[in-house]
Amino acid sequence: MNKKEPIIEGSDWTFDALEAFEEEIGRIAADNYRLDTYPNQIEIISADQMMDAYSSIGMPVGYHHWSFGKQYLSTEQRYRKGHMGLAYELVINSNPCIAYLMEENNVTLQALVIAHACFGHNSFFKGNYLFREWTDAGAIVNYILFAKNYIGECEERHGVETVESLLDSCHALMNLGVDRFRRPRPISAQEEKQRQKEREDYLQQQVNDLWRTIPTKEKEPEEPWQRYPAEPQENLLYFIEKYAPLLEPWEREIVRIVRKIAVYFYPQRQTKIMNEGWATFWHYNLMHDLYDEGLIGEGNMLEFLQSHTNVIYQPSFDTPGFSGINPYTLGFAMYSDIRRMCENPTEEDIRFFPEQAGSNWLDTVHHAMANYKDESFILQFLSPKVIRDLKLFSIVDDESESTIEITAIHDDQGYLQLREALADQHNISKQEPDIQVWNVALRGDRSMTLRHLQQNSVPLDEEDTKEVLKHVHRLWRFDVHLESLRDEKLHQIYHCNDEKVWIGSDDSDSKTS
Amino acid sequence: MAFLIIDRRQQGKQKSAVNRQRFLKRFRKHIKKAVTDAANKRSITDMDRGEEIAIPRKDISEPVFHHGKGGKQHRVLPGNKEFVRGDRVKRPSGGSGGGGSGEASNQGEGLDEFVFELNQQEFLDFMFEDLELPNLVRKQLKDSDAHKLIKGGYQREGIPARLNIVQSMRGAKARRIALGGAIRREIAALERELEEFEAKPDTDNQRREITEKLERAQRRLNQIPFLDDFDLRYNSMIQQPIPTTSAVMFCLMDVSGSMTQDIKDLAKRFFVLLHLFLQRHYEKTEVVFIRHHTKADEVDEEEFFYSRETGGTVVSSALELMKQIVQDRYPTDSWNIYGAQASDGENWQDDSPKCRDLLVKSLLPLVQYFAYVEISSGKEQELWQTYSEIPDQFPEHFAMRNVSDAADIFPVFRDLFVRKSL
Repeated sequence: MNKKEPIIEGSDWTFDALEAFEEEIGRIAADNYRLDTYPNQIEIISADQMMDAYSSIGMPVGYHHWSFGKQYLSTEQRYRKGHMGLAYELVINSNPCIAYLMEENNVTLQALVIAHACFGHNSFFKGNYLFREWTDAGAIVNYILFAKNYIGECEERHGVETVESLLDSCHALMNLGVDRFRRPRPISAQEEKQRQKEREDYLQQQVNDLWRTIPTKEKEPEEPWQRYPAEPQENLLYFIEKYAPLLEPWEREIVRIVRKIAVYFYPQRQTKIMNEGWATFWHYNLMHDLYDEGLIGEGNMLEFLQSHTNVIYQPSFDTPGFSGINPYTLGFAMYSDIRRMCENPTEEDIRFFPEQAGSNWLDTVHHAMANYKDESFILQFLSPKVIRDLKLFSIVDDESESTIEITAIHDDQGYLQLREALADQHNISKQEPDIQVWNVALRGDRSMTLRHLQQNSVPLDEEDTKEVLKHVHRLWRFDVHLESLRDEKLHQIYHCNDEKVWIGSDDSDSKTS
Repeated sequence: MAFLIIDRRQQGKQKSAVNRQRFLKRFRKHIKKAVTDAANKRSITDMDRGEEIAIPRKDISEPVFHHGKGGKQHRVLPGNKEFVRGDRVKRPSGGSGGGGSGEASNQGEGLDEFVFELNQQEFLDFMFEDLELPNLVRKQLKDSDAHKLIKGGYQREGIPARLNIVQSMRGAKARRIALGGAIRREIAALERELEEFEAKPDTDNQRREITEKLERAQRRLNQIPFLDDFDLRYNSMIQQPIPTTSAVMFCLMDVSGSMTQDIKDLAKRFFVLLHLFLQRHYEKTEVVFIRHHTKADEVDEEEFFYSRETGGTVVSSALELMKQIVQDRYPTDSWNIYGAQASDGENWQDDSPKCRDLLVKSLLPLVQYFAYVEISSGKEQELWQTYSEIPDQFPEHFAMRNVSDAADIFPVFRDLFVRKSL
């Protein structure tokens, strides 16, 4: 192959160089690897702006809330003290796909980021089924803008503090604002704005209807006691938005906004490993291709390799500061290994992956990107080689035992077990407590009962649970109970009324307390 | 592939500024306490910087439902070295056992305090919150003689430097149009007439006549001056009184033998606080250092705090000098004058009544505020006793406090300047 001239020498970037990189990388990505992306919108920002972007959880225009300020302060503190570098990039699942590049980065990093974010993440956003079904890249920026303006208006009308404490409560329940088993409708800011007005008028009416106490005839036919809702509801925020008796229409709208944003981020929470792994896998390949074509020089390539190595560094469990499995490492290792087993399958690969081993690697990685989430991706593709390379092992920490048991290591007996355990570890519905709306005392004190089903007898964190219950109470405005069930038997029950939260740990009588 | 590169660096750096303020507001109680503690602890020279504030993490947490400890927890970890299946290991003491979900482990990292940096401005805001300069309002509104010029429309007379060209030219053009209208109409009519005659034969005479008329009209039109005297417009400048925004602070300190370095340090802390506080309220703050033993001198800062003199104490000399300097250099109509006197309270006995008279008769009418800080741990000293009648006479302008160690300085300072309830 004839070598081309490097796009740029040295370490300072220029706008021309960025454009050239975008074009060249885009060409390779599309022609050689069939990466299908949204159009890119690359924005150059300063470190301060990066911290800004960080702290509003990656939304390009966030509404105002103190918690984002807290985020900013802590980011700033750690950055200034040198405890951490800022991320090289930040990318938004939108159409066009917005990627932030920091001006401080040198040209190698910028090229890496373009490959990583503008083609890696971007194609993931466009291709993965969760993102396709759960988010609407075209509408999100407008929607968030609508949310910001609406919340701003509410602050003007009802006071900053009122709105802020409402948001506190909604944020506490954000993770419970998703219908895990139902697909959300796509959102459009335009439509939202229109419907929001109508909703405001009708909703209150409707809710009042639900609670209307009409002095009816003395004797009503005794109905058998029925739970309401008839089926447990996992989407607590939705339930509150629709049925909380005393919320004002604007409060319901804010609950809805937080819920919509939770839905928008839901796919990202479920695809950390796949998403980062995919982006890392492609920046690695794309940068090598650029180098092979001569578009980047040797010095820059070495620099890239160093950055890449840092990105996929996985400290072992006993390193001080160990903070779990690095999603970049695991994801990159898995995609790379899929390619390896397609191109050079070993006997072991054929045993474990009869379908994939030896197939067209590009088809296989695309399939693995598009149709899985972390949990199923690991379950399907975590190969013995990756387990060996990372030296994974699993432990069980059982409260009732005095020591921790090592249940599996990287050997023949352990592979499948580790795979399952790791998949579980990335299954949101197992990592987060399973809490659902169990009953509302429609005819009684209007109290709401939540139910937590313990898995593996793991209880809730008591302190935080109490705090969250206060938030639930703030939204529901009547008593809230939370039953925590271990093996289908009541293990703990939390109560929350106007004044306090307490735990009644026996199951004597939950209804009367 | 369509793409776009946007340079956003010039756009607002502080999108999060609002959020930051909200955070500070929400935790103002914590921050305030930390700031007050810091102000008490700080060395005397570095009041003027930010501060690291630590807030207990549990007070600012944003709770979510998450798993607690207990039960049977599975985890997969990387980097196995010597374990084989079935090994049993001791539980590590520093709880890596936690929930394992991202958020839980972030918080469980062993930091139980949320630490962040308050910048200098915010630090001072918190430090001087609820404090105010006494009598500032009176000074600003009533006695202010300083003025600034602001634009106040246009006028017909003025000096050339204030000529407003745009307005003048606009006026001139309007005048030319107005005055020339009739003539221009006449010219147009004549021109039409001329054209008509040109078409007909034997009309030389008429044509000449019309041409002459035309020329006359043209001359008249040209006689309208391009710019006339009464077109001229000048910017009108109005004098507007401005609040006096400069202050001078007199630091008076006894440097006689009885003042040890420790006492001077305490005094300096007080002066530094006062200086910072004044700086926040005035565009321009000057400081005059007067030290005295039996005789008073105006000195520079270095000498004020560090040189040592011995000898007796005649406080009135310093007050006399202050009065002199005020009269010479700081006219009260343009300066807010503050005095702060620090002393161990010893004075030449015969001198004390003189000091009181000087203060009451000459100085207090001139100054916004005069604070006397006596640094002594024991009983009240000579000067304190003499001064003690003054606060009743001038409750708004004079205050005195006793300070015995460094921790008192900030509380006393706050006490002196605390915002009086309205």
